[in-house]
Amino acid sequence: MNENLFAPFIAPTILGLPAAVLIILSPPLLIPTSKYLINNRLITTQQWLIKLTSKQMMTMHNTKGRTWSLMLVSLIIFIATTNLLGLLPHSFTPTTQLSMNLAMAIPLWAGAVIMGFRSKIKNALAHFLPQGTPTPLIPMLVIIETISLLIQPMALAVRLTANITAGHLLMHLIGSATLAMSTINLPSTLIIFTILILLTILEIAVALIQAYVFTLLVSLYLHDNT
Amino acid sequence: MASVGECPAPVPVKDKKLLEVKLGELPSWILMRDFSPSGIFGAFQRGYYRYYNKYINVKKGSISGITMVLACYVLFSYSFSYKHLNTYHLAFLTSEHERLRKYH
Repeated sequence: MNENLFAPFIAPTILGLPAAVLIILSPPLLIPTSKYLINNRLITTQQWLIKLTSKQMMTMHNTKGRTWSLMLVSLIIFIATTNLLGLLPHSFTPTTQLSMNLAMAIPLWAGAVIMGFRSKIKNALAHFLPQGTPTPLIPMLVIIETISLLIQPMALAVRLTANITAGHLLMHLIGSATLAMSTINLPSTLIIFTILILLTILEIAVALIQAYVFTLLVSLYLHDNT
Repeated sequence: MASVGECPAPVPVKDKKLLEVKLGELPSWILMRDFSPSGIFGAFQRGYYRYYNKYINVKKGSISGITMVLACYVLFSYSFSYKHLNTYHLAFLTSEHERLRKYH
């Protein structure tokens, strides 16, 4: 039982080839594009949602930051759909793999920081020292701020991985606990089943929230650096 | 002189749809299909648009257009993990689905 717990998180392979690539490429099939103004219901709902989120996210950036809007909107759509698809039974969620989240976090963070350093060096370096610190504290604070800057991509990736993985694991455990208790004691089964339902609702929320948080933080780093 | 309902020339086997191919012609029909990468991609594209235009791209599309796709996705993922759900590392293994068995 212990080794079976982490089995759903193994990347699937077909005869040794990574099928994870196919699974990562599958969410775009659910999001069609259209060249018409008035579309079917699916496209209309999706376009409405995209307009809502993009307006919400991109109002705080200036012109240079808004050039990233396509990147950020597609990021949030990808993470949200991937997390939501992972809630289906037996499916594989690519965002549980740390490798993929690192591959998403490091280039985006590095792009924002390097862009900041290239265009406005003084502003970018000024982030290392908050305003109004007493003079003796300055060396230590610069070190601390540097570390907090360098840890941002790691935190982004690990946050997403850990949240989604923990949620899936909890659902597995509580689900198997419900199954095991169903033959022993019925009222406690109902209690545990209620917990499972609440957990599923939480997982849906977590899936969406994690997408939002990831994208919001990247846009925050962008805002600091444009 | 041909009457109205007669076909003037026989259609070659390659261009027939699957349901019109007679059973004896099936191997030759399979062999004549286009298995190049662009052919396979074209097959996927045709299949996608066939499903899309039938269930989603309609005036009053319902949620069943997407839920059918998701149900297929669940079944597909189940078939992927079937092998792993059935392995159990001790010597005695009588039936499948180690977790659903009543006595361990």
